[in-house]
Amino acid sequence: MNTTIMLFLLQDGITNGAIYALLGLALVLVFAVTRVILIPQGEFVTYGALSYAMLATGQVPGTVRLAVAMGLVAFALDLFFARKALHARLVMRSVALNIVFPVALLGLVYALVGPNTPIAINIALALLIVAAIGLFLYRIAFQPIAHTSVLVLLIASVGCHLALQGLGLVFFGAEGLRAPALSNAAVTAGPLRFTGQSLAVYALTVGFIVALWLFFGYTKTGKALRATAVNRLGARLVGIRTTLSGQIAFLLASVIGAISGILIVPITTLYYDTGFLIGLKGFIAAIIGGLVSYPLTAVAAIVVGIVEAFSSFYASNFKEVIVFTLILPVLVLRSLAAPQVEEEKD
Amino acid sequence: MTQRLPLIIFALVMAVIPLLPGIPPFWIVLLDNIGLAALVAMGLVLLTGVGGLTSFGQAAFCGFGAYTTAVLTTAYGVSPWLTLPASLLVSAIAAVLLGLVTVRLSGHYLPLGTIAWGIGLFYLFSKLEFLGRNDGISGIPPLSIGSFRMLSPDTIYYAIWVAVLLSALLTMNLLDSRTGRAIRALRRGHIAAEAFGVQTPRAKLLVFIYAAVLAGLSGWLYAHFQRAANPTPFGAQAGIEYLFIAVVGGAGYVWGGVLGAGIVVILKEVLQSYLPYIFGGQSQLETIVFGIMLVLLLQLAPQGVWPWLMSHLPFKPARKTPDTSVKLEHRERAAGTSPILLHIDKARKQFGGVLAVNDVSFDVNAREIVALIGPNGAGKSTTFNLITGVLPATSGKIAVLGNEVANAPPQEVVKLGVARTFQHVKLVPDMTVLENVAIGAHLRGNSGAISSMLRLDRADEARLLAEAARQIARVGLSEQIDQLAGSLSLGQQRIVEIARALCVDPMLLLLDEPAAGLRHMEKQRLAALLRQLRDGGMSVLLVEHDMGFVMDLADRIVVLDFGTKIAEGTPAAIKRNPDVIKAYLGAAA
Repeated sequence: MNTTIMLFLLQDGITNGAIYALLGLALVLVFAVTRVILIPQGEFVTYGALSYAMLATGQVPGTVRLAVAMGLVAFALDLFFARKALHARLVMRSVALNIVFPVALLGLVYALVGPNTPIAINIALALLIVAAIGLFLYRIAFQPIAHTSVLVLLIASVGCHLALQGLGLVFFGAEGLRAPALSNAAVTAGPLRFTGQSLAVYALTVGFIVALWLFFGYTKTGKALRATAVNRLGARLVGIRTTLSGQIAFLLASVIGAISGILIVPITTLYYDTGFLIGLKGFIAAIIGGLVSYPLTAVAAIVVGIVEAFSSFYASNFKEVIVFTLILPVLVLRSLAAPQVEEEKD
Repeated sequence: MTQRLPLIIFALVMAVIPLLPGIPPFWIVLLDNIGLAALVAMGLVLLTGVGGLTSFGQAAFCGFGAYTTAVLTTAYGVSPWLTLPASLLVSAIAAVLLGLVTVRLSGHYLPLGTIAWGIGLFYLFSKLEFLGRNDGISGIPPLSIGSFRMLSPDTIYYAIWVAVLLSALLTMNLLDSRTGRAIRALRRGHIAAEAFGVQTPRAKLLVFIYAAVLAGLSGWLYAHFQRAANPTPFGAQAGIEYLFIAVVGGAGYVWGGVLGAGIVVILKEVLQSYLPYIFGGQSQLETIVFGIMLVLLLQLAPQGVWPWLMSHLPFKPARKTPDTSVKLEHRERAAGTSPILLHIDKARKQFGGVLAVNDVSFDVNAREIVALIGPNGAGKSTTFNLITGVLPATSGKIAVLGNEVANAPPQEVVKLGVARTFQHVKLVPDMTVLENVAIGAHLRGNSGAISSMLRLDRADEARLLAEAARQIARVGLSEQIDQLAGSLSLGQQRIVEIARALCVDPMLLLLDEPAAGLRHMEKQRLAALLRQLRDGGMSVLLVEHDMGFVMDLADRIVVLDFGTKIAEGTPAAIKRNPDVIKAYLGAAA
């Protein structure tokens, strides 16, 4: 192997790794706040990417209709759970969030969509759509069972993944899609050429890591979110609105997922079910990070990306096998260092 | 016999179905698929519902079973019946390797790990040359007995359902045994189980292997049913589906697995054949409905369908009362080198900068009730945990009859004749009082998993249950013997814990706040029981806050404050001790 190939593989690995890092961060974030292991994170990626790709060709993606439908369900749930104490303010808030927001979004998409819509607007629309879906997903699927064990939440999470992936096929079809590049800028350094695209990936990843670290370590809201994860009841007793914390976490995660998707869809063709595999690689990073540490997750994600790049060069057949068995030695180490296993309560 | 009656009826019904005239062959294929899924789900019931170890990777074990027989029969011409043990063995070996890595993980790491290796193995199956890559292996010979070849769905039907019924029978036998109680304590109550000698890591590995072997059996049958094996049915999606089946049916119940398989397989068939008509030819629509239903189910009926059905039965299955005349041999006593029963010499425990137990020394002699008292946070429970091996001591020496405990795990400490109760009651809430108490006698039985499955453990089991029933009668809870432990009042649960500790046949009983939550009369009865135990030769070390109870009962009292021993003596002397009064009432008093 010569140095050029190695550099290319490294660059490729780091670019992919940065995407995995973004997803890993989102997973850690959601887990830390809600104890949900967010398997549908991959669907946020495909929804973001393919919604953007469809908007770029001037079509209305089905996801926006899904957002409206989920908003209706969320509204019905809000009404049902608050049926014994219906305040006008509560209903108004629910209407604004669950009905007005997605319907306005739908209107906006229909008004703005077209082959010549600027890239920035398309991106903004795709992000808003996925953000709405993420928000309503928490309201519908997880908020009613937020107090249950990690395991129940995990199984529900798998259910959401199945439903969303199936819907993805309905919305985007079995054909893969690609979107136009975000920018055509490029920097050349030695044999390597850094596109504006990959530079944006690096910058966003680093930005998110720093922002999350600052947010959770140093702000009152961030600490409140962490407290929610450790002890919901205790958090509620000291005045933290635990459902709001969960919604914020899902909102952030879905936006991060959609951003990752929009960043990669100009580089590779995405299919409706690609997100799952990409998300799982983010998972491996998150697990290596113990589902708690942001910097460790980021480093692990880069390692996953590099391992993947090198194994696709040397043993492309066994690429996925190698990446997924990477987790086993990590699990061994974790199990050796694991503290006393606490008992399950329910 | 009456307990077996439903099973026999079910077996007869299943045997008759293919013989009925006019049954569409397609129904038989569905029933075959249900049986295959039920086998895997049954393993998951044991693993996830009972043992609390969630696995999304069971489909991979089906793959091991199917590919083993596929390779052996097609490439080497081995007879299908000979490949059965090979298939099961390969699944079991895979389970041991993966299990050693994964079962020790806490809660959510385990399911995540299973997703990861589930996907990894799927890709491995689809890339390996000798497994036929993505195309898999075809031309697998059918099962045959003599010249009778099981070519059609209605002949292999019997092979599949005999396997299902036998597995259900063996699984239920296993759960209703000494090993079964250890498994059922894994999910909730494993800390207590360890204190009575249960090797929880071994029990976890056991259920992991058991579930894998059932999945391997399903895979072996599948290979000979389809006469081909390819990677798709052994992927992550299938693994998720199996878990779904177990959750739908009722993850805690053997028959829940079978019921769930029936519901899901039929539902899937219906969805696959009708949804495209409604929504115009789109594929994969059933996964959407599946996913939504899974989420709904968890919100509305997290326990599954089986327990819901059972609660609507007009009659309740009767429980056998154990025959208390069967004797259980006393535990073999470890030879002692010292007359002092429990000797604690400068025991010390530090948690980071906090000194929880500061060089505490005291002894407990034979036939003595010693009370350990002190204000909250004085280090009493930590001292208990040091003695019983739940926590390792930072320094110091703890010896039972001269045998040094030396930071042995709880499973070893109990063998020295030290049994305990917990400050926060640790019973398995969904097991009966009798079963909970029988865990205490775990070390006094010797039947393993295989003899339990084959019902060769009945004599041993009868002795354990008789002992448990005797101890329950001794503490005065005979009327509650068949109730679920979780349904008793907190005070009664504490008494159940004492009965469980007595089942160890201990020399030293450690009781952590036994009188908390008891009414006056109950306290008096407890005190009488403890005196009676002492007069029978046992020693008791108890932590208690009820001073009236302690002063009345204890022969000697040790007082801790902020981790340090501040006094030791008879109740009368302790009452007058100025340091003790200061610790309890403050300096001004």
